Amino acid sequence: MGPQGLGLEITELRLGLPGGSGEKKRVVSGGREADVCGGEGKKDMDMVVGWPPVCLYRQKKSMGEATRKMYVKVSMDGAPILRKVDLSCLKGYSELGMALENLFGCYGIGEAMKAESESCEYIAIYEDKDGDWMLVGDVPWLMFIETCKRLRIKRRSYSNGVGLHGINNY
Amino acid sequence: MDLNQKRTRTVDRVDSVDPDLVSPESTPMCPFPDEVLEPVLSLINSHKDRSSVSLVCKDWYNAERWSRRHVFIGNCYSVSPEIVVGRFPKIRSVTLKGKPRFSDFNLVPEDWGADVYPWLSVLAKAYPFLEELRLKRMAVSDESLEFLAMNFPEFKALSLLSCDGFSTDGLKAIATHCRNLAELDIQENGIDDLGGDWLSCFPETLTTLQVLNFASLNSEVSFSDLEKLVTRCKSLRVLKVNRTINLDQLQKLLLRAPQLTELGTGTFTQDLVTRPVADLEATFGSCKNLLTISGLWDTNSLYLPVIYPACASLTFLNLSCAALRSFELAMLLIHCKSLRRLWVLDTVGDMGLEAVGSWCPLLEELRVFPADPFEQENVAGVTESGFVAVSRGCPKLHYVLYFCHQMTNAAVATVVQNCPGFTHFRLCIMNLGQPDYVTNEPMDEAFGAVVRTCPNLQRLAVSGLLTDLTFEYIGKYAKNLEILSVAFAGSSDLGLKYVLGGCPRLRKLEIRDCPFGNAALLSGLTKYESMRSLWMSACNLTMNGCRVLAKEMPRLNVEVMKDEDSEDSQAHKVYIYRTVAGPRRDAPPFVLTL
Repeated sequence: MGPQGLGLEITELRLGLPGGSGEKKRVVSGGREADVCGGEGKKDMDMVVGWPPVCLYRQKKSMGEATRKMYVKVSMDGAPILRKVDLSCLKGYSELGMALENLFGCYGIGEAMKAESESCEYIAIYEDKDGDWMLVGDVPWLMFIETCKRLRIKRRSYSNGVGLHGINNY
Repeated sequence: MDLNQKRTRTVDRVDSVDPDLVSPESTPMCPFPDEVLEPVLSLINSHKDRSSVSLVCKDWYNAERWSRRHVFIGNCYSVSPEIVVGRFPKIRSVTLKGKPRFSDFNLVPEDWGADVYPWLSVLAKAYPFLEELRLKRMAVSDESLEFLAMNFPEFKALSLLSCDGFSTDGLKAIATHCRNLAELDIQENGIDDLGGDWLSCFPETLTTLQVLNFASLNSEVSFSDLEKLVTRCKSLRVLKVNRTINLDQLQKLLLRAPQLTELGTGTFTQDLVTRPVADLEATFGSCKNLLTISGLWDTNSLYLPVIYPACASLTFLNLSCAALRSFELAMLLIHCKSLRRLWVLDTVGDMGLEAVGSWCPLLEELRVFPADPFEQENVAGVTESGFVAVSRGCPKLHYVLYFCHQMTNAAVATVVQNCPGFTHFRLCIMNLGQPDYVTNEPMDEAFGAVVRTCPNLQRLAVSGLLTDLTFEYIGKYAKNLEILSVAFAGSSDLGLKYVLGGCPRLRKLEIRDCPFGNAALLSGLTKYESMRSLWMSACNLTMNGCRVLAKEMPRLNVEVMKDEDSEDSQAHKVYIYRTVAGPRRDAPPFVLTL
């Protein structure tokens, strides 16, 4: 008698030629993807109904509002593969900066968020609930994670001359 | 009901009493007139004792049934409401339990049953002055709650635990119409939370509230109405608010109700500090009667110390909503020398449990819940070393519920050697089929040690990689075992046969995903009538096997829940229980009574 699987589909993330059928998203339900918040995504994680024997009430608590997973897509100019980051397990902009640096190697981006310094080659922008593209770092962190739908890392050189005013034409 | 009939079975618990010893008529052995017997018996509150009393002779049976004020029904389908009201004419308090326990883990389909409404309509006619109703795992609709509120003018106490089917509208009815309400205890239910305005339905004239627990509801209530309610209910001793109540508001409530013995806080942190922490600390210091604290959502090192002044006399601390780290727990426990019961999340780690062992010598009960139960890798949590550390420092420990990812046979053996008084031992190794991670052997010897060393063991939950040997040990040594939970364990029919062949006091047996088949099931034929219930799901039972059982034992209900996915001949989920009420009349289409 083995555990009963719930028919999870875990598809491999592959690199392929542009337009090919190679690129798929990797989704693991109930577990964690390969991202900076947890370890590597696991192999087949069969989820067994009712195991561990934790009451529904307690399950809801452990995945309650405060710890709800908030995965958002992150793309970077020049990188063909998007990543995902769980905003709910980051405590602030510095940790977000570190996470993005780990994912994409865009060093200095954390600093760029805090001060409007020109030192970093990259800037981080995000799409908010209204569909507008905003500069990351302006609003309090908790407000940011509630409203952020996706992130993008842009090379500062692309916005030179345009400055940041052109962002909403993006 | 013919009272001259020999009593061989009672409404609740059946002891193994030889019917020939129960005299059908009064004898010179019972010279007490009813006027003497009834007041004496009215001092007996334990329903098990009352069961025994009722079996002595007809006079005692009669005296007992007239003097009983509280009836406990462990399985709502074991008896019908008509039988209950027929036997006990003067009940003021009813406790009813419904669904099998595995419904807590999604193993019982919705609409399975255990509807309280049929009970209420019978109770309303027989006990119009009913005062208390405590329900566990029952299906409760808003209509039922409205009916309750409107038909029992003396109603005082409602407790709902793990029930579902109702919304806050039902609570509105209770708050509005129960003029003498003393207790409203809403815990861990599948409730449809439509808003917090139910709290504002308590009339201004209501001053009798002693217990108010709405910790598990999500919606905001009107704080000013809550404050007024708490102010005018001078006898309030238990107040458990929900997460929407902030620290400022809690402060105000505590100032109004310093007499509280049990407190469930709201959110125990704040972004903007509107009031110095010292003020809050002083308020907690002024609550001299606090025995229990729970809630403490989102608390941290800054705010948790606020409760320190109240900790010296605390006997129960429920930290299962607060993801504390080890040092935070340690700092707190230094102040909790009287603690007898502690519930924590496994975020406290082994170091936190070492602190438990160091600072809480009077500890009797420990529950460690998993903060992230569905995470399999990279989880910290607690291990065998934390378990051993607690047992070393807490010799009076007798109740444990322990969720972990790894365990060893040696550690469990050490734990029970340190604490041989275990009555409840519930160990959940969350990774399925996990052996002793040091020796790679099955965990058989761990549970063998438990049942050999702990003669008072009443409740046992096993986990990890287990062979039939575990069950041989249980059957042989667990003489006082009443409740056994088994999942993903055992090697063959022998396992279940061992248990059914031993464990003379077994009442509840729940089994899932084990290789036990018909032969094992049928080996327990004569035992099931002395048990409350047996649950077996995803085992090797077939419809034919269950039919044989049903045929041999007509006083059992043998119910099979049909699954869309399983084959017709398989009995995927089986629930067997003794009953004097015959087959269920309200069974949904997917429940077959054989």
